[in-house]
Amino acid sequence: MTGTDLFTPTKRRSRRSVTLVVGCVLAGLIALLAAVSLFWLPYDADDTSGGRLAGPGDGHLLGTDKLGRDLFTQVMTGSRIAVEAGLGSVLIAAAVGITLGVLAAYAQGWIDDTLSAFLDILIAFPTLLLAMLIVAARSATLGSAVLAIGLAQSAVVARLVRILVKRVLAQDYITAARTSGTSWPRTVLSHVLPNIWPTLVVNLALQFGLAVLAEAGLSYLGLGAPPPNASWGRMLQEAQATFTTAPAGALAPGILLVLLVIGVNLIADGLRDTLDPATRRRRA
Amino acid sequence: MTLLDVRGLTVRTDDGRILVDDLSFTVAGGERLGLIGESGSGKSLTTLAVLGLLPDGMTSSGSVELAGTQMVGAAERSLTGVRGRDAAVVFQEPLTALDPLMRLGRQIAEPLARRTGLTGKHLRGAVHQALEQVRLPEPDRIARAFAHEVSGGQRQRVALAMALACEPRLLIADEPTTALDVSVQAEMLELIDGLVREREMAVLFVSHDLAVVSRVTDRVLVMKDGRAVEQGVVHDIVRAPRETYTRALVASARKLESALDLRSAP
Amino acid sequence: MTPVLELKDAAVRYRGTAADVVADVSLAVEAGESLALVGESGAGKTTLLRLLLGLARPTAGAVRFDGAGLNPRDREQMRRFRRSVQCVFQDPYSSLDPSRRVGAIVAEPLRSLGLDSRSTAAPKVAAALERVGLQADAVDRYPHEFSGGQRQRIAIARATVCDPRVLLADEPVSALDVTTRVKVVDLLAELKQERGLTLVMVSHDLSVVASLCERTAVLERGRVVEQGATSQVLGEPGHPYTRRLIESVPRLPV
Repeated sequence: MTGTDLFTPTKRRSRRSVTLVVGCVLAGLIALLAAVSLFWLPYDADDTSGGRLAGPGDGHLLGTDKLGRDLFTQVMTGSRIAVEAGLGSVLIAAAVGITLGVLAAYAQGWIDDTLSAFLDILIAFPTLLLAMLIVAARSATLGSAVLAIGLAQSAVVARLVRILVKRVLAQDYITAARTSGTSWPRTVLSHVLPNIWPTLVVNLALQFGLAVLAEAGLSYLGLGAPPPNASWGRMLQEAQATFTTAPAGALAPGILLVLLVIGVNLIADGLRDTLDPATRRRRA
Repeated sequence: MTLLDVRGLTVRTDDGRILVDDLSFTVAGGERLGLIGESGSGKSLTTLAVLGLLPDGMTSSGSVELAGTQMVGAAERSLTGVRGRDAAVVFQEPLTALDPLMRLGRQIAEPLARRTGLTGKHLRGAVHQALEQVRLPEPDRIARAFAHEVSGGQRQRVALAMALACEPRLLIADEPTTALDVSVQAEMLELIDGLVREREMAVLFVSHDLAVVSRVTDRVLVMKDGRAVEQGVVHDIVRAPRETYTRALVASARKLESALDLRSAP
Repeated sequence: MTPVLELKDAAVRYRGTAADVVADVSLAVEAGESLALVGESGAGKTTLLRLLLGLARPTAGAVRFDGAGLNPRDREQMRRFRRSVQCVFQDPYSSLDPSRRVGAIVAEPLRSLGLDSRSTAAPKVAAALERVGLQADAVDRYPHEFSGGQRQRIAIARATVCDPRVLLADEPVSALDVTTRVKVVDLLAELKQERGLTLVMVSHDLSVVASLCERTAVLERGRVVEQGATSQVLGEPGHPYTRRLIESVPRLPV
């Protein structure tokens, strides 16, 4: 009887973990920058001592922007904003989305149809317009942007949660919970949520990347955090005019943005490969 | 004349687990062989391997000669020539075997047209005839219906009609009646039995139910954990099983049946 | 003697459909007795089981538990009911929560019905698993580590851990191989004997019915067409449908 060599990873298994590792390294780098920025920055945010649009070198790792502020400092602050935007939006999307999704899944008949229609409308609604409405109601801050993005994404999460929960509710172990006398809230907590979280987590990881991009877009358009809070999006907008003479101002935030989103997407891919097969065990 | 010649068939997964182990058997033209085993015995995988339909992550080795074509390691092109022409399959679950979005008549028309080249009115007539052969009442209604609009037993008959439309020399049936109600099952078995005799087709019938297998086959091969345990004429195997596993299988089946006799005793 | 469970002229019709799924069904189950509900798909067996489990309300007629009408809104009654009436489901791959360990799964009725704390439940869980023939270390493992037959035993352990009076079983062995089927049928027969369990079993497999139940009710298209002692119903069937069912069972050559 041939056994399995447990110490030689199969090609597939090693490909999966490479994805996860690379993703963690990329995203981790940015997260590290963000964490460090909380305690230390090379220059103050409004220190305009450097020469205007100076190239890299001479005390400024990446050079300076058109007002003489250090680019590296801005990039570090921007990383903190990007991570905050991603986390904040995903938290809002998860909280609102999961609640709505679970309610929609339990709903029957016309309530279910109405809720689904409402979610579809919310998904179709342009995030940009939603952001503008919220900014008009409040003011242009990171908080407004995060709220807008979070709400827009919550509809997508709710749709996904609804279908995942419906699938779980069709299983016999839910009926068994009922006949065991388990209350409805307890069933959701111990039986429903644990069985949807793998797919949900992967989706939320993807939403993180989308949220970061959305915040950068909003900031680029001036709807995000106002200066001197240096969101990468706003840095890109400011560096636009001087791109040919001093490219560092646009390249630095641009490349880091790309790295963060790719990193998070790779983490999502790697997670999906490791989580899903284990949860979808079938009989041989 | 051997229609199907399996020699040393081994199916293993990519991480080294062996699911079918050195299996050998033959089916001659017009012969009916049953593959019997419990879940995990590898019987369904064997039929997939015979047709070259193993899922990703599994490979087969050894030799499978179907109507003269080597199926193991063959290119997809040569496999499609064999499937549907020399061998056709009926699977267990009629709901997934049929395309839910295509009308049933059209699903039968496709293999028919491929084999006979008929079109238009003649094709429709052939479809009608195919449905009548599997004793479906109201063949016109069935031809226009979708899979979910007819009952499980009717779906399985349509699947059978599709398989027979190609006039294969070998019919492979993988638990074709397991998902059906018991009265429908009896009719279906009778139908398969009759049609197969009429056309002198060879049959490879896979099941976990000993009683069902003994109804439609002449010889049987008992499988356990991917290996062949015992082979022989079905009546001999059932009445005088030699191997321990076969005896356990027969004993369990008889024990359950005996309950029916005691209750039914006048 | 008041029957433990009773259906009186029960009918169920789903919203938006024209016909009753089940109609005019009257069944009584006495304590310690075992009743089989036999029929093919579409006969309404699952619907009747849901009525008996208090998971669905009849659109006509009544469901009675210990003589009193079953009221899902009466929490005290439902608590007593759930403690007394447990169920084993058909699909062992769907009836156990894949994200929970076997110990938690089997302990669920004890915890949810407020009968035991985690510590007092543990010995009962261990005893229940042992009784169905599983090792004590099963408590820490997950359902996917077990075969179909073993999973069904876990389901039986869960259904018997709170010491119910009635065990409802929905095709408990249909998904199992024949050798496993015999073992689980034997287990159910033993439990029935040991604990004086009342058994209501839904099945299309007549030999399993004959092995476990003294009384049988035959269902065709939502109506009871024949009812009585199993030896009578299966031995000398009166109704043509019952006769057809019996004749359809494939038999081994003698």
